[in-house]
Amino acid sequence: MKRKLKILLVDDEEEFIVTLAERLELRGYQSTIAEDGESALAKFDPDFFDVVVLDLMMPGIGGLDVLARLKEIRQDTPVILLTGHGSTREGMEGMRLGAFDYLMKPLHIEELVRKIDEAVPQDSSQAGREECG
Amino acid sequence: MLLRKLWHKAVNAMLTFPEDSTSPHRYVVLKRNIILIMCLVCIIPLALMAGINYSLYRVNLESEILRPIQVMAEDTRHAFEIFIEERLSTVRFIAHAYTQEELRDDKTLQRVLGTMRSEFVGFVDLGLIDREGILVGYAGPYDLLGKDYSGQPSFQEVSVRGVYISDVFMGYRKFPHVVIVVQRIAEDGSSWFVRATLDTGRYEALIASMGLRAEFDAFLVNPSGVLQTNSRFYGEILQDSPFPVPPGIHGTYTFQTRDPMGRDVLVAFAPIRTDYTLVIVKPLSVLLRSFYALKVEMLIIFGVGVVAIILAVVGVADVLVQRIRNADEKRATAIQELQHTQKLSSIGRLAAGVAHEINNPLAIINEKAGLMKDLVGLSEPFEHQGRFVGLTENILQSVERCRTITHRLLGFARRIDVQFERLDLNGVLQDTLGFLEREATYRQIDMQLHLDSTLPPIISDKGQLQQVFLNILTNAFSAVENGGRILIHTRFDVRKKLVMIDMEDNGCGMNEEVQKHIFDPFFSTKKGSGTGLGLSITYGIIKKLGGDIQVRSEEGRGSTFTILLPLKEGDDPGMGEEKV
Repeated sequence: MKRKLKILLVDDEEEFIVTLAERLELRGYQSTIAEDGESALAKFDPDFFDVVVLDLMMPGIGGLDVLARLKEIRQDTPVILLTGHGSTREGMEGMRLGAFDYLMKPLHIEELVRKIDEAVPQDSSQAGREECG
Repeated sequence: MLLRKLWHKAVNAMLTFPEDSTSPHRYVVLKRNIILIMCLVCIIPLALMAGINYSLYRVNLESEILRPIQVMAEDTRHAFEIFIEERLSTVRFIAHAYTQEELRDDKTLQRVLGTMRSEFVGFVDLGLIDREGILVGYAGPYDLLGKDYSGQPSFQEVSVRGVYISDVFMGYRKFPHVVIVVQRIAEDGSSWFVRATLDTGRYEALIASMGLRAEFDAFLVNPSGVLQTNSRFYGEILQDSPFPVPPGIHGTYTFQTRDPMGRDVLVAFAPIRTDYTLVIVKPLSVLLRSFYALKVEMLIIFGVGVVAIILAVVGVADVLVQRIRNADEKRATAIQELQHTQKLSSIGRLAAGVAHEINNPLAIINEKAGLMKDLVGLSEPFEHQGRFVGLTENILQSVERCRTITHRLLGFARRIDVQFERLDLNGVLQDTLGFLEREATYRQIDMQLHLDSTLPPIISDKGQLQQVFLNILTNAFSAVENGGRILIHTRFDVRKKLVMIDMEDNGCGMNEEVQKHIFDPFFSTKKGSGTGLGLSITYGIIKKLGGDIQVRSEEGRGSTFTILLPLKEGDDPGMGEEKV
């Protein structure tokens, strides 16, 4: 049996994140939602989550700050950034801070799924995971 | 203070011109005013100085001229008076020293005359006239003995005054001479007269001793204006003088007049005690010769000065106004560019803001529609299932279109990645044209490529360049009719290190108003079908790549877009992000 990848979704747009979570669930991922930076940091369990999908534009603690804090907690958890700017600048900045990759909103779900799969380190215990996409 | 204000006002009034008028006339007015003011300021004082100098010098010179004439007249008059006085004294002495009887004696008379002539030059003869006026004794070159003088005015006068000096006259001898007659009344009551004649050659000699220059003249006249000596210019002795003696003059009197020969002359009258008047005539032209020379020199200097001033002023004004004009033009261009940049920048910010705001709801629509599609796909077959899939698919496609637009708008404000690489521009152009081949064939548009094979590779961004070429060519396609022509040239400017691409169409062209706005965001002539972003994005890209774009267009004849690109990359890409 394949292991369900566990994703922490962080975005202040509730409608967006809820729907995205549901779509990922349909594709065989287990997602947890956080609607701002603080709750995301509170909910983040480095041993539980495989991937974090993080929006850069958020009230309160911004995406880049959250990213830095997540990286402090656990260096090797992959983080995929979402930008709504049409600009690559924040994305590039995030990559510099250790994000795995960035995507521009509106998303192509297939692209997100592919990135998530790429982000999770491939080891023998997770072999055959690709078939679940 | 008030003066300064007034001066400032006056200068301002002359130098200001309507700021808002853009016609070249303002520069003509400005130049004219500068020239006028500077010329006035320079030439008026110069002219005043020249005028004052001139009149002062003239006044001085006139007194300088008058004084020597007066001195000369005085001296000569004096010499005449002494001469005549001496002769008169001599005759008077003889009359008193000798008795009538002694003088009747021929020998004595001869001896006396001899002594007189040896002591005093000028005596010609000597005679003794008795009470009745008969010449009873005579010594001299003529045979006058026995002549009766009783009827002559000289006799009448001498009988009353005791002394008589005649005017110059010819008399019996046909030679100009002067007669001096002295009456002697003896102790016994008897009276007689001693008469002596003087040669007027002495007068001439006295005048000659004045040492007059050849252009000058001097002569004696009697009270009725008859010449008593020869004149150089105004006739022989005993002719009438052209200069009547002014009545009642004392001392030397000078005045300016015109002589019968038409010369302007200065005439000096010096009355001599014996009723004669010494006249000295000097032509003004000679006297003023040095003055005229000076006047001419002054005029030349003044003229040269004025011409030099005018030339300098005109030159300076020319340069000045040209500089002002250039500065104005530069300023106008700079302002125009600044305005354009600011407009682009503010519109860019607005566009980015709007795009960003729309992006979030768009993401939500995207996810909702995606979920719907997912759910419909997963559910059991139901009525209209195919329709639902199609509908959600349509929504997703529309969202995708919107995504493209918002990303382009955002990109307009902040350019997405610029990746510089070595590029063969001809190759890039050919690749780009590949996108358009189908439409060109379909619309029978004649696409001609004239590629310069010596074009060096440039360092630039291929994707951006393709977008630029596509944007311009798309416009060209919509400008030409079916069967139109589009020419593409590539060129290389070695000196400026620029690669140039001309894209020429023979389409509808643009009027000036349109040309002014084609690079403005959201400006579109394609009613309803265009976003108005194509050319403004093109402009932004080219500027970012360090190049430039120029447009020439004529309504109805077509347009030519020329893109100039540097060989090396333009702006620092990091900096470019901040720009519009």
